[in-house]
Amino acid sequence: MSTVTSSTEPAAAPPVGAGLSGLSRGRSVTNSVMTVVVYGAFLLALVPLAWILWTVLSRGYSLLLDQNWWLTSQRGITPRRVGGGAYHAILGTLVQAAVCALIAVPIAVFTAIYLVEYGRGKLARAVSFMVDILTGIPSIVAALFIYAVWVTTFGLQRVGFAVSLALVMLMIPVVVRSTEEMLKLVPNELREASYALGVPKWKTIARIVIPTALSGIITGVLLGLARVMGETAPLLILGPYSASINTSLVDGPMAALPTMIKDNFGQALQPATDRLWASALTLILLVLLLNGAGRVVARFSAVR
Amino acid sequence: MAQRIDVKDLNVYYGAFKAVEDVSMSIEPRTVTAFIGPSGCGKSTFLRTLNRMHEVIAGGRVEGTVALNGRDLYSKDIDPVAVRRTVGMVFQRPNPFPTMSIFDNVAAGLRLNGVKTKAVLAEAVERSLKGANLWNEVKDRLDKPGAGLSGGQQQRLCIARAIAVEPQVLLMDEPCSALDPISTLAIEDLIDEIKQQYTIVIVTHNMQQAARVSDRTAFFNLAATGKPGRLIEMGDTAKIFSNPTEKATEDYISGRFG
Ligand SMILES: Nc1ncnc2c1ncn2[C@@H]1O[C@H](COP(=O)(O)OP(=O)(O)OP(=O)(O)O)[C@@H](O)[C@H]1O
Ligand SMILES: [Mg+2]
Repeated sequence: MSTVTSSTEPAAAPPVGAGLSGLSRGRSVTNSVMTVVVYGAFLLALVPLAWILWTVLSRGYSLLLDQNWWLTSQRGITPRRVGGGAYHAILGTLVQAAVCALIAVPIAVFTAIYLVEYGRGKLARAVSFMVDILTGIPSIVAALFIYAVWVTTFGLQRVGFAVSLALVMLMIPVVVRSTEEMLKLVPNELREASYALGVPKWKTIARIVIPTALSGIITGVLLGLARVMGETAPLLILGPYSASINTSLVDGPMAALPTMIKDNFGQALQPATDRLWASALTLILLVLLLNGAGRVVARFSAVR
Repeated sequence: MAQRIDVKDLNVYYGAFKAVEDVSMSIEPRTVTAFIGPSGCGKSTFLRTLNRMHEVIAGGRVEGTVALNGRDLYSKDIDPVAVRRTVGMVFQRPNPFPTMSIFDNVAAGLRLNGVKTKAVLAEAVERSLKGANLWNEVKDRLDKPGAGLSGGQQQRLCIARAIAVEPQVLLMDEPCSALDPISTLAIEDLIDEIKQQYTIVIVTHNMQQAARVSDRTAFFNLAATGKPGRLIEMGDTAKIFSNPTEKATEDYISGRFG
């Protein structure tokens, strides 16, 4: 340290010590090259993202400015006519996602609690392995499985609830893993402090561990939700499109944003193409909104 | 209120590893007992068997008996949760609950054990914080997060939290090792005050502290790394520090030790 400071005073400074040679030329060249490569790769990765956002935004925004987009359905509107909105599809996507979360979150959170707080030995390893497998299941396979149970075995209709069930299968592993990570972050000392007060284990988990990890758990749930909301395979197999508003999860086809996009795809008519981009933008906005909400929760309730 | 502890032939294991071997000792009510000994000799491990915290660790188990006023804590019909309500513990690093305010931290033990009455809680919080010499410093900000206090204050908060449930024995594992001399002194004063009501066991690496606060001292040692720790000698603090029976104790206390 002292050598470095004294070498800045020209008169008194001895020549730079033998061990302290200047930055070698080779190393500074390497440094510049690597900097260029790293920034280049970053920009390259950014290009498609910016491109997608720009395309969707520029082609889709105009319909979103009309309040009818948010309030009406496509009922009675043919591909060549302008007008109508995406209310039916937004509603379907939100309701299906909400029901999915309602089922998936408790299952996933309890599984994570089991794995982190109680799981020992064979059973825990088996459960953890199952979750890994579930993570790897392609969404279309999950959808086919639900189809096999819901339609083939029980002979029921293809309705919104069946879509939610398929989404549940996709959401559970995501939330299990994120919740697990958050629970593991809770220091063991807090659990011990609670035990030492004569608090039973289950109460320690419910009143100390979960509240400490809560913001992280919520963030994980919101991110998981954002992921399943754009899932299309379950809709293709279990959720036929409908141009009208359907609030029932168990009766009749229920529209969703991905199927609305698909419905407007390949029509080669301007009104339909406009609606395609507008519904794509709406879906992106919903997902971004959830992502943003997740980050806000994480920021504001972070444990000090 | 304070109770005596009698340990007989205790072996403590982590899985297959025997960490502490063949400890027998008696701890009198309303005394302060200090555990001293080199790092790794099993002081913390042994201390945690006194309120059945040892078995919280995977693979942790004990052989032998620990009797509190004559009742074996390890007999089949005893609930470890009830044991921990009777034998409280303060840890080496202050560990206030991060999601809770100062008030809630102190009230946590009572609340989580079902006490809901506001007046009872408020009274217990004030009494415990006064008992822990922290009341004057925090009485105007009881609703602020407990984690926002200084290290020494946090440790006293943890002591307040431990005494709020009115245990009969208080175990302290190096409670001052993360604290400055002033906070240390505050906690030593506190120990001196509360020993009227509690049986206190304190682990410390600070010889002066052991000499200052304790009535009796137990010296633990281990033959070699990987071997179990043993109780070498236990006696009145004055005697242990001036005229120990064992050569190893004398070497350790006078600093002539590995
Ligand atoms: N969770 C654990 N699992 C396995 N072995 C452990 C565990 N905790 C402690 N041990 C071992 O038990 C022995 C005693 O450890 P312990 O923490 O009781 O020592 P100590 O006397 O408290 O030391 P220190 O003064 O450094 O705190 C050591 O050999 C240690 O490696
Ligand atoms: Mg220790």
